Amino acid sequence: MSAVRAFGRFWYEFIVGDDWRIAAGVAVVLGLGAVAVAIGLTGPGLPIAALFGLVVIFVWPLLGE
Amino acid sequence: MIGLTPEELALVGATFLASAVEIVETFTILLAMGLTRGWRSTIVGALVALAVLVTLTVVVGYTILRLIPESLLQLVIGGLLLVFGLQWLRKAVLRSSGLKAMHDEAAIFAEEAAASRAAGNERVLGLDWFAFVVSFKGVLLEGLEVVVIVLTFGISAGNIPLAAAGALLAILPITALVIVIRGPLARVPENAIKMVVGLLLTTFGSFWAIEGLGLFATGQASLDWPLGDVALAVVLVTWIVVARALVVLLRRRRPAVATSVA
Repeated sequence: MSAVRAFGRFWYEFIVGDDWRIAAGVAVVLGLGAVAVAIGLTGPGLPIAALFGLVVIFVWPLLGE
Repeated sequence: MIGLTPEELALVGATFLASAVEIVETFTILLAMGLTRGWRSTIVGALVALAVLVTLTVVVGYTILRLIPESLLQLVIGGLLLVFGLQWLRKAVLRSSGLKAMHDEAAIFAEEAAASRAAGNERVLGLDWFAFVVSFKGVLLEGLEVVVIVLTFGISAGNIPLAAAGALLAILPITALVIVIRGPLARVPENAIKMVVGLLLTTFGSFWAIEGLGLFATGQASLDWPLGDVALAVVLVTWIVVARALVVLLRRRRPAVATSVA
């Protein structure tokens, strides 16, 4: 394995860990939140909706374990 | 801890506990090396790795602080903290509900010690190279996660030295325990600590990452939570309820697995 691949693999395992769905879920929720903010949805409901989204992406894969 | 605000106490507590978990795991490796190969090379390897980690914290921390605007910092740091926190929380929930075997320090110690006895006797600069490399890698890899936690908490709270102090403070009681016990710390409630740290990282990570979404608004100012900073407590309670409910639900759904090395 080349040094670059080993370096990339180390950071992948360090940040993404043993369940890629967590990192992917966080990226999706924050991405959707960014789009909502960009189109002007910055009311008090947005943080609550984003938190709800985070809870869903955490709970869903665990219920399938 | 006289003179510290509640926020500063939470900062020190979070980095102290996160560091404590990693130090317990690191000491298992160091003990296996020290007891089978000798202490000198093991301690030199650990100290060199610790120096690298402290340098990394100072250089990266202050570079990031000078270059990146606040909302972007909150989003990136909060996102990273959130991913780490949810991973810690996931493992703690699975272990508490019996779906994943507990981390067994005694078994890991036995494995490391056996590998150490079987290794060669190469010497470099007067050091037992195997003991040096294994203890250096052990401290560096386990410590890297603590560095990220110290930087993310420290930068967000505007106090990297205090966050680093919390992490370094954890070294003292655990070292004292190891000296007294003279063996791997198999009885430390590692999973309970992991659950607490996971909850803290997830709470602060959610709070800051969502605030950081303001980067995409006109003016790029951080978003405001309803109730302001009080929302932090609400977020914490939310994650505690979610974690507890999951443990209860998963325990009911499946019988406990046999304990083995995690």
